[in-house]
Amino acid sequence: MLPRRRTVREWLHLYLVLAGARVRADWQYRTSFVLFTITQFAITFLDFLLIVVLFNRVSRLAGWSLAEVAFLYGLSGVAFFVADVFVSQVERVSVYVRSGRFDSLLVRPLGPLFQLATDDFALRRAGKLVQACLVLGVAIAALDIEWTLLRVAVVAMAIVAGTVIFSAVWIGGVALTFWAVEAQEVVNSFTYGGNYATQYPLGVFAAWVRHMLTFVVPAAFVSYYPALYVLGRDDTLGLPQSVRFLSPVAALASAMVARWLWSAGIRHYRSTGS
Amino acid sequence: MSGDGIIIELGDVSKEFVVYRRAGRLRRERVVMRAVDHVSLTVGAGELVGYIGPNGAGKSTTIKMLTGILVPSSGLVRVAGVDPQRRRVELAQRIGVVFGQRSQLWWDLPLIDSFDLLRHVYRVPAARHASNLADFVSLLEMAPFLDTPVRSLSLGQRMRGELCAALLHDPAILYLDEPTIGLDVVSKARVREFLASINASRGVTIVLTTHDLADVERLCSRLVVIDHGRVIEDGTVASIRSRYAGWRTVVVDLEDASAPPLVVPGATVERVDGPRQWLRFARDSTTAAAVVSSVVAQARVLDLSIEDPDIDDVVTRIYTRSS
Repeated sequence: MLPRRRTVREWLHLYLVLAGARVRADWQYRTSFVLFTITQFAITFLDFLLIVVLFNRVSRLAGWSLAEVAFLYGLSGVAFFVADVFVSQVERVSVYVRSGRFDSLLVRPLGPLFQLATDDFALRRAGKLVQACLVLGVAIAALDIEWTLLRVAVVAMAIVAGTVIFSAVWIGGVALTFWAVEAQEVVNSFTYGGNYATQYPLGVFAAWVRHMLTFVVPAAFVSYYPALYVLGRDDTLGLPQSVRFLSPVAALASAMVARWLWSAGIRHYRSTGS
Repeated sequence: MSGDGIIIELGDVSKEFVVYRRAGRLRRERVVMRAVDHVSLTVGAGELVGYIGPNGAGKSTTIKMLTGILVPSSGLVRVAGVDPQRRRVELAQRIGVVFGQRSQLWWDLPLIDSFDLLRHVYRVPAARHASNLADFVSLLEMAPFLDTPVRSLSLGQRMRGELCAALLHDPAILYLDEPTIGLDVVSKARVREFLASINASRGVTIVLTTHDLADVERLCSRLVVIDHGRVIEDGTVASIRSRYAGWRTVVVDLEDASAPPLVVPGATVERVDGPRQWLRFARDSTTAAAVVSSVVAQARVLDLSIEDPDIDDVVTRIYTRSS
C-alpha cells in the first residue's frame, strides 16, 4: 500500500521541483530579485574591502599575509554561503510556528526540515556565494601553493565539512526556538558570528574565543585548521598536527548534535503544540 | 483499512498542556490544562461526522492528534490502521487536511502549479493524478481560475483549490477545520455539495469541525459534540434534536390581523406579529395535526407551516446544560 522509500535520485528530483517552485515564485518579483542579489554581492564585497584596507596599515595580521587571510576568508565564505543558500532558511521555523503554518508541514509525507529548506530556498542569496568564490579564486592564484593531491583533498574536504558544520549550527540553533522563540538572536550570533570569526586567523583572538571556536562551535575546522595545512603554517594554539585533518570528524559530530536537537525540538512541538 | 470498517479510533485519549500563570511579580505558577479529557470515539469508514463544540472545547486538539501533529498524553489513537504518533509520514499519505484559515497552496504561483507540486510530494502516478484533477476541476468548477496565482484568488475560489489539493492523493480520510468560515452563501453551498458528493462517490470518510451548524445539518449523518474536553453528545442530528428540543412550532397566518392569541390545548402561543402567530407544542403531548385542526376550527387560516427547532437553539441548549 505504502510507496517504497525514495531513492537519493528521487529526493534530489523532489528538491529541485520544490526549490524550483520557490525560485519561480521569487522571479515574479524579478526587479527585487535582481536588486537583492546585486546588493548582497556588493555588501559582502565591502566586507572584504575592509580587510584589504586593514592591510594598508599593517603588513601582517597575527603573522598572516593579505593573500593568506583572503584564502581563509574565501574558504570560510564558500562553506558559509553554500549553507546560507541551501539551509539557512530553516531559521524561519519560528515564523511558521507562530502563524500555525508549521502544522501544515506536519500533515505532509515529508520531513519538516526538507520542506522548510525548499519552501524558502533563496537563490537570491547566491550573490554572496559568488563573491566568496571569487575571493577564494584570487587568493589561490596569488598564493604560491604547491598543489599536491592531499592539499586539493583538504580544501575540498574543508568546504564540504564547513558547509555541514555551518548547517548544523543553523539547524541545531533553530531547534532551540521550539522552546524559546527569542533564542533566534542568540543563534544568529553563532552562525553569522562564526562566519566572521573564521575569516580571520585564529591567532588574532583571545584564548577563550579560540577554544570556543575549536571545541564548542567547531567553526575553526571550517577554514583555520585546513588552511594551516595547505599553507604549511604552524599552529599558534599548539594543537597536534592531526587536528588539521579532523574537519570531517568535527562535521560529523556537529551534524549528530544538530540532528538530536532538531528531533528533540519536533518532539517538544508535538507534545505542546506551540 | 481495517476489516471491521472502523477507520478512526480514539480509546480513552487525553491531552494535557502545561501553562504558566503569573503568580506574583516574578513567580510563575505551573498549571496543567486538560484540553481533551478521556475521549473515546470510533468512526466507521465512509462516515461523514460533524465535530462541534464551543471555542476552546478541544476540537482542534483532537483533530491535531488524529493527523499526527500532536502526540496524546495518554490513551490510544489509531487512524487508517496506523498509530499517528509513531508513523506520521505514513499516515500523511492516507489523509487529507484542510485548515480553513491556513493554506496548503503555493501563494505566488498559479493554482495549477500547486496541484502539480503536490503530485510530486505525494508521489501520485501521473495518470491517476490527471484523472483526479479532471474530476475535481469539473466538480468544483475551477477551470476559469486554474492559471491565476493563488494570492489573487477570492476566498471561495481558494477554498475550492484547498479541497482539491487535499484530495488529489486519494486519501481515505479528509479532515476539515472550519471549511466554510468566511465564505458567502453560494460558496458555502458549493463546498457542502462537493463534500457530500465525494463522500458518496469515493467513500472518503469526512470529519469536519465547524461553527456553522447549517454545515452539520445539511451534511452530516452524525454529530459529535465536545465541551471542556469531553464528548457530551454523539448521535444523528435528528436524535439529538428530539432529545434536546422536543418541540415543534406551527406558524399560522390568520385572515384577521387583529385576532387575539389563539387558545389551543397542548400548545402555547410564543409570538404574535400582526396576523402571524407561532404556536409551540411538545412532541410527546400532542401532534401537529391536532394543533392544526384546533386552529382551523377557531379562525380562518390563510397559510400555515410547521417548523423544527433551529439547530443553533439545540446546540445552545447542549452547551448550557454541560457547563
